[in-house]
Amino acid sequence: MLMAADAMPVVVVVGNGMVGYKFCEKMVGRKAPFRLVVFGEEPRPAYDRVHLSAYFDGKTEEDLRMAPADWYDEQHIALYTGDPIVRIDRARKTVHSLKGQSVSYDYLVLATGSSAFVPQIPGVEGQGVFVYRTLEDLDMIREYARKARTGAVLGGGLLGLEAAKALLDLGLEETHVVEFAPRLMPRQIDAGGSAALQRQLESLGLQIHLGRQTKEITDGGLVFADGATLDTDMLVISAGIRPRDELARQAGLVTGPRGGILVDDTLRTSDPFIFGIGECVLHNDMIYGLVAPGYEMADVVASRLCGSPKRFLGFDMSTKLKLIGVDVASFGDPHAEGTDVRALTYEDTYAGVYKRINITRDGKHLLGGILVGDAGAYNLLHQTTVNKIVLPPNPEDLILGARGGSEAAGLMDLPDDAVICSCEGVTKQSICSAVREGSVRGIDAMKKCTRAGTGCGGCVPMVKDLITETMKAEGLYVKTVLCEHFDYSRQELLDLVRLNELTSYEAVLDRFGHGDGCEVCKPAVASILASLWNDLILKQDTIQDSNDRFLANIQKGGTYSVVPRIPGGEITPDKLIVLGEVARKYGLYTKITGGQRIDLFGAHVGDLPAIWRELIAAGFESGHAYGKALRTVKSCVGSTWCRFGLHDSVSFAIEIENRYKGLRAPHKLKGGVSGCIRECAEARGKDFGIIATEKGWNLYVCGNGGSKPAHAQLLASDVDKETCIRYLDRFLMFYIRTADPLTRTSVWLSKMEGGMSYLRSVVVNDSLGIGGELEAAMDQHVATYRCEWKAAIEDPAMERRFAHFVNAPGERDPTVAMQPLRDQVRAKEW
Amino acid sequence: MVNNQYMETAIATRWWYACHTEDVPENGGACVKWGEDQIAVFNFTRRGEWYATDNQCPHKQQMALSRGMIGSAGPSCEPKVACPFHKKTFSLVSGECLEEEPYRLRTYPVRIHDGKVYIGVDEA
Repeated sequence: MLMAADAMPVVVVVGNGMVGYKFCEKMVGRKAPFRLVVFGEEPRPAYDRVHLSAYFDGKTEEDLRMAPADWYDEQHIALYTGDPIVRIDRARKTVHSLKGQSVSYDYLVLATGSSAFVPQIPGVEGQGVFVYRTLEDLDMIREYARKARTGAVLGGGLLGLEAAKALLDLGLEETHVVEFAPRLMPRQIDAGGSAALQRQLESLGLQIHLGRQTKEITDGGLVFADGATLDTDMLVISAGIRPRDELARQAGLVTGPRGGILVDDTLRTSDPFIFGIGECVLHNDMIYGLVAPGYEMADVVASRLCGSPKRFLGFDMSTKLKLIGVDVASFGDPHAEGTDVRALTYEDTYAGVYKRINITRDGKHLLGGILVGDAGAYNLLHQTTVNKIVLPPNPEDLILGARGGSEAAGLMDLPDDAVICSCEGVTKQSICSAVREGSVRGIDAMKKCTRAGTGCGGCVPMVKDLITETMKAEGLYVKTVLCEHFDYSRQELLDLVRLNELTSYEAVLDRFGHGDGCEVCKPAVASILASLWNDLILKQDTIQDSNDRFLANIQKGGTYSVVPRIPGGEITPDKLIVLGEVARKYGLYTKITGGQRIDLFGAHVGDLPAIWRELIAAGFESGHAYGKALRTVKSCVGSTWCRFGLHDSVSFAIEIENRYKGLRAPHKLKGGVSGCIRECAEARGKDFGIIATEKGWNLYVCGNGGSKPAHAQLLASDVDKETCIRYLDRFLMFYIRTADPLTRTSVWLSKMEGGMSYLRSVVVNDSLGIGGELEAAMDQHVATYRCEWKAAIEDPAMERRFAHFVNAPGERDPTVAMQPLRDQVRAKEW
Repeated sequence: MVNNQYMETAIATRWWYACHTEDVPENGGACVKWGEDQIAVFNFTRRGEWYATDNQCPHKQQMALSRGMIGSAGPSCEPKVACPFHKKTFSLVSGECLEEEPYRLRTYPVRIHDGKVYIGVDEA
């Protein structure tokens, strides 16, 4: 039944902060049959106080608003900003505002929040002393900071560090943090966590003073209890919060001895028609200074007004945040101690990581913990704690990273009622059933459907994993799509591009994608186009990674390295001399690479065409060291010089390198040829390796060095040269056509169903009947190869692309600087 | 080619002639020297839009954003550039880091007139 607005009971909300706003939002969401009247003290509608420091980082007041001013109109909420309530007449159930308005209420919700706690230190009233609470405070701080050189924050808690970030953003030369306790964030983390956090913050330019009691604030700075002083031009006090309970106290409501409006589990104050929510209330001896419990309180009151029996039963104070770029998280009881508790800690002082978990003595349950520097495991650890999940036999894996087994698997063991998104109170069950019954398939749809992940966003990775795992459990096909612009895997897209004979990125995007592309799909499509049509990279240079765009590897300081091809590692004395002369002329650092070539470092982008003109004149070609392409085929000296050599490995390596040079692939490709079983070319550490035998050659594939070394596995044994090349043609083309982007051959093989025996059946036995097609594709590649650098220097238009400044083509980047290193040079650290 | 199109995102105190439109590759960027500073100019041909930002990436201070790939992010198709060094991405409109890290790029208004690229710069 619809009621006329006038006839609806009235709820007056005192306070338009984050929690007061959330209460309105929850009432609107429930279509609650009440008329809402809101009074706010600040001159503007509610804004995001949690991200206040973003105001100095370029966000505007508008950006920080919880909802635009017209939202209140649209929802028929009467909002009076800049007009605080000054008196509650409980007998007449009426409130009176500063500007003289009187409004009768049926229910009153106090969301008056808190103010900054300012300790009584002599000098606290002086100039240049601020609190950090409202946008007005920030405006004053910003104004004062213009003429300040140094600043200090009193208080090393969560808010204090936020305030310190704000001072850093304002560009003060020195920013200090002064904390009374012997550690930072004493509520959330322990001494070890504080030490790790302190190191990280100090490296970012903060100066931290712990265990310091401030005795006096003078014009020039702080005086500590031990007589020491700290010079500072301005001071921001962030020593905690004080609940704003003065209005309630004046109205005769019961408040706590140390402040806070007393409420019960239904959030009623001592007057049954008055509720209290957020930082102004005292619930079960707790004042909650975080936004999430305030939101939960808002939901409880909105629910109760709509007839639900929901209660507020305390709130888990676990939290994860990024402080000045450093991850800090604490969950459950971070400080748990005693004979029944075992605390495991892990520390990596190099990476600035500290982790602690508190486990029951029997090793069965997680009680809480602390993560500093890397909070990636927070979601799972937090869930494991609150749901009392029985731990695996090696609980240390929780902080060391699993040795086998995935985190996502642990996720599915969570109980259905596990709260995944605590901001919006969304359970695992709601998320999974949105996938099962609501046909939700991605995070954006999930946000719309359940609101999970729309608050702080911390649970998003977990929600994504839940979507994927639920889809897998339902037998739904989980596709690895290229990126947000293409709903196809690389293999699918390659087939589509080939069948439709598309030759440009724009055509591919128009036909099969959406949006305007990105740094993921552009090079992936570029690689597909290059593999299929072998067209010159520079024709579509802006879809290439910077290395491909400038045909050189970008290095520190924005300089480039130059690597000419030296097939098989064989080079004449004359060519060696040319390399030396070019390096000397352009001031380049030279080094022999791991792939038997010579790398010239430190080239200005504008010098690249001239360098290459000289190299090409001497008979060099591009070495494709910048591309996801064939790099080198390494060789040992083989039978021509070595007394053990069985066959001529150098000649074979040169032949193969020249055959596959310029071949673009999902990732870089390396090869090797060894003349005997001693394997001096380390061919089995390459994507393809060929080793001489008494009867011919053994062909190994899918090996690599790198961070996860893998030995290449035997594909065919004792084959002659021609057969070996035919198998290689098929193998390489099959890889190019079917691998995901940036996947080396070893990873591609490890994901292949049937593994090596399947690969052998395709390549050697031609079980798919595509052998001829793959060979033809490779023949076409060989026939159409052109040196990219030769083409680049022959075309003046292409050459112009290499100027650093388009409006001053002769000038070099002045920020590139060199410093001596042994007898050469290196790029200066920025 | 969209010429004579005004794409002012802010009130600039002065329009500075930076380069010719053909100096900037289609759907890509180029760097222009402005006094001691370096500005990256982007020719977003696909959208018929032009953008300008600092050339220095605020993440690791590399002078390379003009060499980065441009594209769009999210359902609202926010135009963005990815730094070639570590692939941090930034909104071409607001300069905000789209990985939600506390880095921010300065952006400049651009307008095109008669085949020339003008960048709105502060007089100071």
